[in-house]
Amino acid sequence: MQAVQTSSIEAGSRPKLAVQCRSLVKEFGTAQTRVRVLRGIDVDIELGKQTFLVGPSGCGKTTLVSVMAGLLTATEGSVHVLGTEIAKLRSSSLVDFRAKNLGFVFQQFNLIPALNALENAAVPLVVQGQSMHRAIKDVERLFEKLDMVPHRLKYPNQLSGGQQQRVAVARALIHQPRLIICDEPTASLDAEAGHAVMELLSELAAAPDRAVLVVTHDSRIFSFADTIIHLSDGQVLRVEEQTATEVQHEN
Amino acid sequence: MDLIALKMLFNDRAKYLGLVIGVAFSTLLINQQMGIFLGLLSRAGAVIDDTPEANIWVMDPGVKNLDTVFPLRDTELGRVRGVPGVQWAVPYFKSMATIRTSQGELESALLIGADDNSLIGLPPNFVLGHPDDLRSPDSVAVDQNGFGKIWRGEPISIGKTVELNDRRAIVVAIIKDSPKFTSGITFYTRYSQAMSYTNNGRNQLSFLLVRAEEGKNPTEVAAAIQEQTGLMALTSTAFREKAVQYVRDNTGIPVSFGTVIGLGIIVGVCVVGLMFNLFVLENLRHFAVLKALGTRNSRLIRMVFLQALVVGFVGYAVGLGGAASFFEFAGRSPNFAGFYLPWQIAIASGVVAAMIISVASLFALRRVLFVDPAIVFRG
Repeated sequence: MQAVQTSSIEAGSRPKLAVQCRSLVKEFGTAQTRVRVLRGIDVDIELGKQTFLVGPSGCGKTTLVSVMAGLLTATEGSVHVLGTEIAKLRSSSLVDFRAKNLGFVFQQFNLIPALNALENAAVPLVVQGQSMHRAIKDVERLFEKLDMVPHRLKYPNQLSGGQQQRVAVARALIHQPRLIICDEPTASLDAEAGHAVMELLSELAAAPDRAVLVVTHDSRIFSFADTIIHLSDGQVLRVEEQTATEVQHEN
Repeated sequence: MDLIALKMLFNDRAKYLGLVIGVAFSTLLINQQMGIFLGLLSRAGAVIDDTPEANIWVMDPGVKNLDTVFPLRDTELGRVRGVPGVQWAVPYFKSMATIRTSQGELESALLIGADDNSLIGLPPNFVLGHPDDLRSPDSVAVDQNGFGKIWRGEPISIGKTVELNDRRAIVVAIIKDSPKFTSGITFYTRYSQAMSYTNNGRNQLSFLLVRAEEGKNPTEVAAAIQEQTGLMALTSTAFREKAVQYVRDNTGIPVSFGTVIGLGIIVGVCVVGLMFNLFVLENLRHFAVLKALGTRNSRLIRMVFLQALVVGFVGYAVGLGGAASFFEFAGRSPNFAGFYLPWQIAIASGVVAAMIISVASLFALRRVLFVDPAIVFRG
């Protein structure tokens, strides 16, 4: 295996960004119980790439993506998502912004047990105001690509982990978001299923105007990354960029 | 989103059923208990209801209710008839009597004596026989439910004899009357015949039934009777209210029913509140997912209220249906005869059900609104 090429992001040659964080600080608690989880993060997530956020447990990966997704508010610093400074959005606008532009894949899948596979994947469209009936028609097309047609009417408790994660991927993609945030998408899956999910993400999510941000500590899937951001103790340790040749070689 | 809310609600069948049963239980209890309570109260004035011809009742000034009567002198009848504005006045007898059933058991019965000439004082609904049949010696009419208590299991018929205060009485008519508060059996006969069944001396006049002349205000005529005779004269409405008020003030019935209804509401609030809270708590992660996926708080509020509304409506419908069935089927038993479900109570119980489900959903809503959507990233 070749050594991964390490480079810093140069401001001048920077392509369009999906996320830009500057001097990002996030603290929890007050007074003596205050804990600084993110300690001045400067990071750029580029459109058209799969960026992996890696690091040991407790280094602040999940907090960082929560802030990027607008689910947590930064204590200091700025976060621009797709050119919008999300801290300046009113809460209702932020919710709408998230509904339109962000897709999520979670470690625990977070499917709604009362809905079948098709309905679960259709939720983002329903959230945006589409009828469930119409949304399901869109999902059916996507399910063909995901090879989920035979399982489309099954409920989450009738699906395997890999199948549930496919539904979650469909849910993340169905509304064509420009930023897809995946939190440990392979952590609950075996190696084969995890690999299959990442292949799907690479195949279906990759687009020039879309960014995929994957939080993981699963080194088996690092080969799918275009960029790897290493976090440690709430700070960016280093940023690695992998060329297509390197990725191909690793695979 | 409404569909998602409903699917979430129906998915947890045990909790959904628990919620529905909680609301239904409260609704049933409120309607059933209130219906019985109002039915009992209305029994306090049943004799007045069954005497629609009279619009004024004259009695001893000390009378507080229909059951505690002090006899008037026979001469009072003439004095009352002489009061201006009185169209007619007739004697009315009311007393308790002892009868022996076909099984040989003793039962107490109400004995009503109507005016010999006009037969005013008899209820209007004759199921079998005719009012004039009562003019023959020893003849009595018995109420339909009472017949069933004396001759159990037998179809209603006339011609039977019964021992009334140890004297022979022949049943010549069956009457459908209003159920009474103190007695399950009522005999109707002529005033003179009624006196022959009792041996209490000369003064037997329980009440005087009076009709005010056409165009005269019964209240004013009653006041005139009171002024000129020194007796108590009340309009039918006022006397009925007085009789009902007596039951309300002097029995534990309102407190007893009120306690059961109160418990029904408290249990409803607690059961539904806890269950709904538990339901929302178990679905909190899913609400957080919806929040993370971009669902506005207003939509989440709507989802929770829709879930609460469905639970409330279904529970209310089940409870109301149960109460209506109770009155329909139990009402066929003589013991529950005359009990009914007033629409006002049905509406009031709907308001209570809405209140229960509102309190429950408001508590649950707090959790939904304040759930941190970032929990979706936690394992």
